Amino acid sequence: MNGPAHLRTVPIEPAAEEVSLYEIRKKIYPRAVHGVFARWRWALVFATQAVYFGLPWLYWNGRQAVLFDIAARRFYIFGWVFWPQDVIYLTVLLIVAAFSLFLFTALAGRLWCGYACPQTVYTELFLWIERKIEGDRLARIRLDAAPLSLEKFAIKALKHTAWCTVALWTGYTFVGYFTPIRDLGVRAITWQLGAWESFWIVFYGFATYGNAGWMREQVCKYMCPYARFQSVMFDRDTLVITYDRNRGEPRGSRSKSANARAQGLGDCVDCNICVQVCPTGIDIREGLQYECIGCAACIDGCDQVMDKMGYPRGLIRYTTENALAQGLDARGIRRRVFRPRTLVYGVILLALIAAAAGSLASKNPLKVDILRDRGALAREAAPGLIENVYRVQLMNTDEKPRQFSIAATGLPGIVIAGVEQPVAVDAASTKLVTLRLQVPIEAQAAREALQPGSHAIEFVVEAVGDNKVVRHEKSSFLIPR
Amino acid sequence: MSDFSSDFWGIYVAVLTIASIAACAVLLYAMGRMRIKQASTKPAKGQASATTGHVWDEDLTELNNPLPRWWMWLFYITIVFGLVYLVLYPGLGRLPGLLGWTSASAYASERAEGDARMRPVYEKYLAMDVKAVAADPQAHAMGERLFLNNCAQCHGSDAGGSKGFPNLRDRDWLYGGEPEAIKASITNGRNGIMPAMGPALGDEGVRNVANYVRSLSGLPHDGLRAQLGKPLFMQNCAACHGADGKGNQQLGAPNLTDEIWLYGGSEPTIEETVTKGRGEAGAVTRMPAHKDLLEPGQIQLLTAYVWSLSNLKQGAQ
Repeated sequence: MNGPAHLRTVPIEPAAEEVSLYEIRKKIYPRAVHGVFARWRWALVFATQAVYFGLPWLYWNGRQAVLFDIAARRFYIFGWVFWPQDVIYLTVLLIVAAFSLFLFTALAGRLWCGYACPQTVYTELFLWIERKIEGDRLARIRLDAAPLSLEKFAIKALKHTAWCTVALWTGYTFVGYFTPIRDLGVRAITWQLGAWESFWIVFYGFATYGNAGWMREQVCKYMCPYARFQSVMFDRDTLVITYDRNRGEPRGSRSKSANARAQGLGDCVDCNICVQVCPTGIDIREGLQYECIGCAACIDGCDQVMDKMGYPRGLIRYTTENALAQGLDARGIRRRVFRPRTLVYGVILLALIAAAAGSLASKNPLKVDILRDRGALAREAAPGLIENVYRVQLMNTDEKPRQFSIAATGLPGIVIAGVEQPVAVDAASTKLVTLRLQVPIEAQAAREALQPGSHAIEFVVEAVGDNKVVRHEKSSFLIPR
Repeated sequence: MSDFSSDFWGIYVAVLTIASIAACAVLLYAMGRMRIKQASTKPAKGQASATTGHVWDEDLTELNNPLPRWWMWLFYITIVFGLVYLVLYPGLGRLPGLLGWTSASAYASERAEGDARMRPVYEKYLAMDVKAVAADPQAHAMGERLFLNNCAQCHGSDAGGSKGFPNLRDRDWLYGGEPEAIKASITNGRNGIMPAMGPALGDEGVRNVANYVRSLSGLPHDGLRAQLGKPLFMQNCAACHGADGKGNQQLGAPNLTDEIWLYGGSEPTIEETVTKGRGEAGAVTRMPAHKDLLEPGQIQLLTAYVWSLSNLKQGAQ
């Protein structure tokens, strides 16, 4: 292959070179950056991690406030106890998350990626540790280039130990959402963890260590599906991090005192700070690229240089395609925030949140399932007294024990037999009650109303002393020929 | 694999599998070694990626978006994983794999695990008297669950029975209500047959006997017909149901003097029973034996549950 390829070299392509089909990764050494957006990013790191690491330690009514007990199929979130039957709330939560992503992406691009995504957040944390131990960009490049020495080994070992500690703590916290975290801690210290607990702590820890320590931007570039499809939510009025080509070009270095205009130069001093701070290693001056996670590090970096040069800030800034093309000011951009796309996303999002909030606020702690016996459809309990048998599953999802009364309506003279009322159900548990409904068919009036066949009836299950907790369940009553 | 009659297909599958994996490996290796001419490492203006330099139809260019090299190693890992899997587990034609795993043995071992977990529980209850088991709340809950899964289809979720299936809560027993009799019913099943008496009695005789039978439990009846029916009953029915009509638990012949009817106590129903009999000509009157379906411990729990239904308050509710 190599031989003939040489012969076919075309002279009009002087830059042509032989490359592999696979790209060898170039390690990125992001430079530390300070500024408005860096502060925002750190604020979100603290906020998300305070929630993630803190939540499982909170207590509520004598139990862990947030606990997903998979073995018992109970999901505790503060005052709520969700049962598998409540999976609709999970669906709604996922749809709300999706529409939030749509809305925020349409407004200001990859906000999620740049500020809140765990991949970004943990990379930020791991980078911070790396910087504290190995130093900033140049020191790290030099350290990696240096031959292995005792000192280099010590520094690297220290870094990986610190990373592993954070990663394992992350894994421990993760498992703490599924099994009470305090017991877990006691068992971890006394070396009594179960096999699955150990596996998930190590697995989740390893994923954190690998993704935030080693994979970093590779996750965003090659593995993340959101990165690829978020661009379809962009339009010409979406805020994106943009280099102002008109103002910056032609770029070039100059002394601070020089008159750039006289030299025919734009505002870009070509210092490459924007490239050095970029965690995905791109040059924002080449325009919007799919690798850009929208973290705004280049904005902070560029603004510092502009300040030093005495130029106005914002050579790299959040702006929209339309604003650049039409020279819109901030007010003009703001006016275009309200456009059909964002309004539709916003309205759907608000409607979903309102519906979910309303539904949660009026959540009925009682669930009832009714199964009519189908093996034996009906029987004559006594001459002229027809009996059907039902299994009634009472589910008290509340965290306090309750008593329930069961009644049936829908047929003349219908009564419940075979169950001692009221039925007591323990807190957050279920009770299966077998009961019989009886309908007399001897009376003349009843015989006319009650043709053989199926009749619609309704069970009314009500909590004793709380008539707001009530369920009406439809069922049927069979009268034999 | 029993669908295939010869070894050929096993070998065929194995060869195909190995050949496919080998082809993947060769392709990966070749692609990893391959070098292509790239027009430039930097994308041209207005172009998202560098091109391979291939141009067709004047302006169609082929972009070069290379995969990261570590991704290629993931492909190699899948090949290694596949080979290890094929060595350990069945998958290569008919080779069983080193671990000897089969879904049937996995089921059997899980089953054995479950049985081992339940064995001490069952042994505890088997060692106890049935009446003591019946008073144990945990045993009652287990018995109820077993009853709902195994018995409720015919006897009803409330054990109240239905036409042809006895009520188990009414203290009236066809074969006896002592724990031993209940256990025997569950273990070995029962098959109660009443022969058709229509040919022997004739229509009039059947009607007379039916009226006599209704008179035994004090139901409205024709006194004359009952008197005419009494000798017929003594001749034809008393052998099983007894001269006093109180039945015979050895045979499972029902007591006719109470107001409990297995098939119904109306005059036409009784006439039908007498004329055609019950349980002949394929009609279901058989209680199936459960000794092969349930563990002895489960039968013990069921016996206690059924006994409790008509003897203990917690069951009677």
